[in-house]
Amino acid sequence: MNAAQMVNALKEKFGEAVLSTTEFRGEQTVHVSIASVKALLKYCRDELAFDYLVDLSTLDHMGEEPRFEVVYELYGYGHHAHLRVRSKIPDGEDAPSVCDIWAGANWHEREAWDMMGVKFSGHPDLRRILMWEGYPFFPLRKEFPLAGKPSDLPEVGFTKVAPMADGPFVTSAGAADTVSREPRAKRTEDEK
Amino acid sequence: MPTVTREYEAPDVAAKAAMQAESMEATTSDIVGEKMVLNMGPSHPATHGVLRLVLEMDGEIITKADPDVGFLHRGDEKIAENMHYNQFVPYTDRLDYLAPLANNVAYALACEKLMGWEVPERGRAIRVICCELARISAHMLGVGVFAMDVGAMTVFLYTFTEREKIYNLCEQLTGARFTTSYTRVGGQVRDLPDGFVSAVRKFLDELEPVIDEVDKLLTRNAIFMARTQNLGVITKQEAIDWGISGPNLRGSGVAHDLRKSNPYLDYERYDFDIPVGTTGDCYDRYLVRMEEMRQSVRILRQVMDKLPGGPINVADAKGLLPKKEKVLMKMEELIHHFIIATQGIDAPPGEVYFGAENPKGELGFYIHSKGGGVPYRLKIRSPSFINLSILSKMIPGHLLSDVPSVLGSLDFVMGECDR
Repeated sequence: MNAAQMVNALKEKFGEAVLSTTEFRGEQTVHVSIASVKALLKYCRDELAFDYLVDLSTLDHMGEEPRFEVVYELYGYGHHAHLRVRSKIPDGEDAPSVCDIWAGANWHEREAWDMMGVKFSGHPDLRRILMWEGYPFFPLRKEFPLAGKPSDLPEVGFTKVAPMADGPFVTSAGAADTVSREPRAKRTEDEK
Repeated sequence: MPTVTREYEAPDVAAKAAMQAESMEATTSDIVGEKMVLNMGPSHPATHGVLRLVLEMDGEIITKADPDVGFLHRGDEKIAENMHYNQFVPYTDRLDYLAPLANNVAYALACEKLMGWEVPERGRAIRVICCELARISAHMLGVGVFAMDVGAMTVFLYTFTEREKIYNLCEQLTGARFTTSYTRVGGQVRDLPDGFVSAVRKFLDELEPVIDEVDKLLTRNAIFMARTQNLGVITKQEAIDWGISGPNLRGSGVAHDLRKSNPYLDYERYDFDIPVGTTGDCYDRYLVRMEEMRQSVRILRQVMDKLPGGPINVADAKGLLPKKEKVLMKMEELIHHFIIATQGIDAPPGEVYFGAENPKGELGFYIHSKGGGVPYRLKIRSPSFINLSILSKMIPGHLLSDVPSVLGSLDFVMGECDR
């Protein structure tokens, strides 16, 4: 089955949920409503043998409603066909996480959140990945200037005691467990 | 007038590490406090750049690993949205900076797919030479530093001598040793220089004995085998699920190579094999890289044997800069030059994805165009980024001393991972 036939199979199976399909330079793109995108992707992997999630990217259509769109690039090792699935995310809704379909989606989704501010519901660990935790902007959004914006420094803070404070000789020989033998800091006389 | 004093906290890496370690301790299952958190990197010789690993250790055994990337983030995708297609070529040199020629070619092919162009036969053959030289160069480094990570220093010296020769070839071809920027959308900046083919042939003749030498030094070396076999195993199913690509995927036994499955640049005309591993351990990934270098030599010989003549750039003159002599002599060419230099190539609206089989894996560019000379969105699918994401699954259960071996066998580049 080639990609065009698979698009037809998807249209038959999902009916109304497949909003439109486009073809450009021999690549098939399926536009899907966000409510059905996960079911469709699961069907693609299980029934149409798209076992490789090549890429997950996001688009910012600033000035349009809905503004954000998530783009999945699929590939099958068996049939060597490529398929693109696009889904617009209405304001106030999250995209569904596909980490349980392809484990490799984990970092892709973290990157999409970090760079574009698109949330993925059901993601096991949606943290920032390229920028630091606590960075206030989403740099790939269209309103973010190329030169960047000033922001506070990374929220590193100071810990009470850094590891190995007071030099390397913090071990207390002969104590009962490793925590007492190798404490995080040298203890003062009255703590001992 | 009252003055306000604000306290700023220094972005101290050590303090950040300590804080992260503390927060990791808070979420750990380790109630008795027997486990410790070890911060490896971002400046560590075995992390090949600026990868940072936060490792939770039970004695010498790793129980949890959290890779931290992004220290080399430059915002290449944002930069791409703000410049013409051709202006982005130098940025692709700096993705996988061990194989800049291959990145140049992959980017040019993606843009040409958007434009609907195809470079002529000679241009395609030249690009194959670029890609395969880059592959040898990248694998030479990959194998060399991998061996050094596990204690075999000598190999590194051999492989770097050969890489130096590849840099000399790059200099002949492009004028630059490292940041080549050789391709443009629709072609190359210049044809092969005189004597280049014979120089490459001479290099290949010298390279083959070195590959054999490295093979003798490592493949049956008891220490090397003990330090790499049955370590860092990625099963076939895991490799597929996590989207691993390149030699790491093939090391796990998946016979997938875009040069074979979705041939571009006439790769279907050349006779070569795809090596695959059986167990998916560090040793298999090493073997795959060694064999890929030999196959690249094979491809290079075939390309040069039947190197076609003719033009190297696309015939569509509207998208390419006219010849300099003509620009200086003729009005139309001057206007044409001016338009291309100021407005860029007029791309049609549409979207394409093109993935090329690069030394590290599938380097893909997703270009979303709304027309005009600037991409609306350019997403780089970097193989190193995805290949690293499996670390948190793969490392737990290993000894700390095996981490350099696992990292070396994955052969990643942070410039490409962080973009």
